[in-house]
Amino acid sequence: MAISHGIASGMGGIRTAGDLVARMQMTRGMKIREAKKYVAEKLKISVEDVADPVVMAEVREDLDLGLVNAIPRVTKGMDAKFRIADILGIEINCVSRFKRKVGLSV
Amino acid sequence: MEKYKTRMGDGFSVEMTEAEIQRDIEEGTQDAANRAKIPPLTGDEIRYLVELFKSPDNAVGVKRGNEVILSYDSGTTKFKRANVSVSKIQSLQIYERMLGSDTLELAHIDYSFKPVKPIVVFEQPILEQALLMTIPPLFYGAMPNLGLYSQPDGPCANPADLLPKGKIAEARASYAEAVEHAVKDMVYVGSEMYESGADGINFDTAAAAGDAEFLATLKAIEILRKKYPKMCIMMGMASEFILGMHGEVFYDGVRLAGLYPHKQLELAEKAGVTIFGPTTNIVTNRSLPWNIARSVNFAQACADRGHIPCHACMGMGVGGVPLTLSPPVDALTRASKAMVEIGRMDGL
Repeated sequence: MAISHGIASGMGGIRTAGDLVARMQMTRGMKIREAKKYVAEKLKISVEDVADPVVMAEVREDLDLGLVNAIPRVTKGMDAKFRIADILGIEINCVSRFKRKVGLSV
Repeated sequence: MEKYKTRMGDGFSVEMTEAEIQRDIEEGTQDAANRAKIPPLTGDEIRYLVELFKSPDNAVGVKRGNEVILSYDSGTTKFKRANVSVSKIQSLQIYERMLGSDTLELAHIDYSFKPVKPIVVFEQPILEQALLMTIPPLFYGAMPNLGLYSQPDGPCANPADLLPKGKIAEARASYAEAVEHAVKDMVYVGSEMYESGADGINFDTAAAAGDAEFLATLKAIEILRKKYPKMCIMMGMASEFILGMHGEVFYDGVRLAGLYPHKQLELAEKAGVTIFGPTTNIVTNRSLPWNIARSVNFAQACADRGHIPCHACMGMGVGGVPLTLSPPVDALTRASKAMVEIGRMDGL
């Protein structure tokens, strides 16, 4: 099911900017076109490129937003979300809670 | 006359001529339009669907640029159900790194808010740990499942026992009592998981037990929205039609029994839902062209009227996907593509 939907219609998650576009729907209530446009502007790429795994692999590596492959010194979880929150200009619940936990200002 | 292979709503193969496909699509969209009092699909949209079913390809997909967000119900439990021996966190990592999932969902194997309540303290550390090592947004999901509050599973008298005896007032009183219990459980679990860092809470298969369950879900969401203004709240419906099991339940002055998806969406927006999941049930003895046309028509009415993103429910037996445990790729990808490009969904 997940594989078939992913191939037919999915953005591709962290292979592309799927997770970032999802965050704009979830935090700002944006519809799909608006969310893609917002992410593309923040990443300084075209709207078409947000679902392109080749372009996005480079963008994610450059901005250190986390990648599918296990590459040394690349962000892999919470650290990636710190950067995503910053680049997209949104609040991520677990990032804010993590900051409070370790005494960083939110 | 050339025939094209497609399927029935139960997934079994059937061969149809172009004229038969077109007739079923027209009947499917007209059925949705008549029931929900919405415009039927246009001539161009009907032709698009005819071509979709004439295509000999096994898998089909949206045009480049039309990709949408995928969200999931009962996320981690899918691995348990398939008897795959991995932990919940490993399941989430598989979704993230191998299935290309845009969002993730953590869930308890008994996927309802009531059974989660006593074990929520065991779910929270799993969520907290998962949040440290995953990147996509992570939901916590469960079903409102009002049925669990009736005897013998719950404290309230069972309306299904009372109604055949003509005890309508008593049955309605039981539903009202169950609503209060369910609201407390949903608010408690939703609050705890959000306090642990969840990106959102998914209320899945809402209104499965009818109008009283829909009311309970809307009331819980209203409370959570006031308590946590930034929380993402997703609500996926159980069917295209709210069953009037109570019959006299209202939300914001609107009677809940009999509402179709675009009207459900209006109330979801008022309650504070962030992402709405319209659902259309499959009719197993009608063809896939009929079912998909009907499903995308209901969804399109939501996309055109709504102010929030819509993710159509596209699991087995809903949204034009055949009612079978192993949906065929040809059927599922056609439903998926049509729901995005004709249903105009923001996600699935």
